[in-house]
Amino acid sequence: MTLTTDPPVATTTTELLNFSDVAMTFPNGTTALSGVDLTVKKGEFVTVVGPSGCGKSTLLRIASGLTPATAGETHVATKRIGYVFQDATLLPWRTVQANVELLAELNGIPKKARVAEAAKAIELVGLKGFEKHLPKTLSGGMRMRASLARSLTLDPELFLFDEPFGALDEITRERLNDELIKLFTEQQFAGLFITHSVSEAVYLSTRVVVMSGRPGKIVETFDVPFAYPRDPEIRFTPEFAELAGEVSHALREGHS
Amino acid sequence: MTTTAPPTGPVTTSNPKIRTISRASEMPARRGARFPSWVPPVLVFVVIIALWYFVSYVVIDPKQSFLVPPPHTIFTDAFFDPKTLGDISEALARSAGVALTGLAIAIIIGLLWAIAMSQARWIERSLFPYAVILQCIPILALVPLIGFWFGFDFPARVIVCVMIALFPIVANTLFGLQSVDKGQRELFQLQKANRWTVLTKLEFPAALPAIFAGMRISAGASVVGAIVGDFFFRRGEPGLGALISNYQSRVQGPELFAAIITAALFGVVVFLVFGWLGKLAVGKWYDYSK
Repeated sequence: MTLTTDPPVATTTTELLNFSDVAMTFPNGTTALSGVDLTVKKGEFVTVVGPSGCGKSTLLRIASGLTPATAGETHVATKRIGYVFQDATLLPWRTVQANVELLAELNGIPKKARVAEAAKAIELVGLKGFEKHLPKTLSGGMRMRASLARSLTLDPELFLFDEPFGALDEITRERLNDELIKLFTEQQFAGLFITHSVSEAVYLSTRVVVMSGRPGKIVETFDVPFAYPRDPEIRFTPEFAELAGEVSHALREGHS
Repeated sequence: MTTTAPPTGPVTTSNPKIRTISRASEMPARRGARFPSWVPPVLVFVVIIALWYFVSYVVIDPKQSFLVPPPHTIFTDAFFDPKTLGDISEALARSAGVALTGLAIAIIIGLLWAIAMSQARWIERSLFPYAVILQCIPILALVPLIGFWFGFDFPARVIVCVMIALFPIVANTLFGLQSVDKGQRELFQLQKANRWTVLTKLEFPAALPAIFAGMRISAGASVVGAIVGDFFFRRGEPGLGALISNYQSRVQGPELFAAIITAALFGVVVFLVFGWLGKLAVGKWYDYSK
């Protein structure tokens, strides 16, 4: 039940997120998670796949401090946590620029600094030229880019993604996957990514964690051997197919 | 529907033309798109005026024509009569002053009331029932009392106005403040934003469309409030309500209708102005189709 936020200079220098025996039982009695042990280090991109309602998102909410776990211990070794929601959650009355500045603004960063931060982040996600656009004039993919840029302004050490590309079409999703990999290789954060797409999971991560349905438990973990930056074509290699097959198998096993 | 035109003969010269016309009218973009949008309401207006004339001249006894004076007499006997026009304009100015003051006060109180309720469940539970009660009180019954308590002049009239205009602002603002997207709330929560920040940077801007919808309703209500208060007080400088009441007792049909039409038009103008202000404030970003 404890959520400790240690200063960045922790004894474990690279371990940014650690769950040990974490469980979550909602007030109505449903157990969303039980006995979850998971560690994410700097330079790791861990993806959690699992059936709908297996508590994957709850895991992120616990890590971010939005919802405290009901049992077990959660250690987060940084205050710079990026959180990307399922929806872009942009404020519709703010332009892209103002939306990307929001988090810095809420953290009291002076105007000049946050304008520069936002400009950098907007450039990183490829939204240059759209600074003055309002969210309603953007496509779903562009809104997600803006949302990513907004989190990037925090210069996160731990980056949490809650099925951010679930609502996008295949082509946009794949393109954003590539951009995310690029960001990851450049920024070297610790990533925890939730999805129910097996191929997205294998393509993005250094490690894939498979969860079972209610109550959510980790049933299997797979290390992904492919080097970064990843070539989109690896999706069609036998090694990729084999690994994806194993993950799918574990998913089905956990589900039954 | 399109029959092939005969290949030869003098008929063919006119036939293709007919065909194109009939084809164009076969597939209008939308039902009713044939007319400009102002045509249907104007047609309805013409029908109403015709019915009115019919009632004035045919249905009722000429001796009682003041009950339903023929429409043109509203102009000839009232609007074009300098004395009447002067009275109505003065009354309109007074009522407008009351209505706009009342509306401004209702907006301020309403916003503060709703914001207070949005801050804590217990405040909402303590205060919301009174907003509902305020809305359900038959204001007409209270008007004479308000007169006795506060006198019959400007302040009392404004109070009536505020009472009528308050609820739509309170209810809409509260609704707007509370229907902020959960994800957006969590975004602020993750940055440990305090209540004031959440209110000013998230809840209030998000509630603006609802607030303007409430203001628009209240704007119309405040005009009614100003006239009703005045109608009952019938003292001090006459507003439109007192004027209507006077014309009524003096059986001045055309003048009565002229005053009523003025009051209604004033309400419409205020309503439109607030609609326009709302568009100006949130039209750029708010997706009305949602």
